[in-house]
Amino acid sequence: MKPYVPEYVGTVTKYVFVDSPNTTPQDIATAAYEIAQGVMIKETCFGCQITGSPEDVDRIVEHLRILDPYRIFIKDRGFPPGDSRRCRADLGGARPGYLGHEYEMSFIRYISHGLEETEGMNKTSLKKAAGEALPLEEPLDADVLEKLFSEEK
Amino acid sequence: MAKVFIYPATSLILSDLVARYGHEPLGSALSIREHVQTPGFDSPPIQMTSEDPQKGLKWAAVEVPSGIRGRMALYGPLVEEAEAAIIIDEPDLAFGCMGCARTNELLVFMLREKDIPRLELRYPATKEEGVTFVAKIKQFLKDLEVKE
Repeated sequence: MKPYVPEYVGTVTKYVFVDSPNTTPQDIATAAYEIAQGVMIKETCFGCQITGSPEDVDRIVEHLRILDPYRIFIKDRGFPPGDSRRCRADLGGARPGYLGHEYEMSFIRYISHGLEETEGMNKTSLKKAAGEALPLEEPLDADVLEKLFSEEK
Repeated sequence: MAKVFIYPATSLILSDLVARYGHEPLGSALSIREHVQTPGFDSPPIQMTSEDPQKGLKWAAVEVPSGIRGRMALYGPLVEEAEAAIIIDEPDLAFGCMGCARTNELLVFMLREKDIPRLELRYPATKEEGVTFVAKIKQFLKDLEVKE
């Protein structure tokens, strides 16, 4: 059995996504580089990835959020950048994954709008907005189902 | 600060909102990071080791496929740690690369069974629903602070 020696032990990696008409992924990466102080920044098409000690990464993340607070989104990543198990340079082509990100980015503008609107809300209006029902998918009507079955014949 | 389990466990939106409003999101990245950064003699081909399906026995029976048990080795400890949960009902992205549907069903079942504050909602499809979605999560997380 081959011994496994991990890299970047004790570090955290965070994804920074931006979807804004005013802030580009390059702006994000440049702002991160400015205060990087030895932390690894990887510029990507959607924003950047930051790898370093938890304190350093938090410091940079806090700084980046200020740039466009409603349109910058951040989440943890398990693998460090360039990990041979995930990096497409080693896999020889496009890598699987990012499908979840792609899906969520398709309606992230609604979340940005929601963040902007709820920011200025007082307790009462927030409670009122939170009390609104989100529409659920309508269950299939029994008559429609029966009709579908009869069509099958 | 409460530990909030997010489902889908890879969700960018939930992870960001929970962290933004001052709590700790518990998602699959945390477990995977732990696996990736732990030295040993067992070389994980992707992020799993051969021991993981055995660890998963704590949450899923032996006749359950090893894939589910392996995934539960990642999610189980997080669910046990969770002090609250936000669940998206039937998210499209949870089918496919995130993992098998049976693991997701077991995961949501465990979260519903656990006696913790829980918020269940759907992804927004309009701007107005976006406001409701964010307001619901913000209110839920604020109420958690009060309970603490």
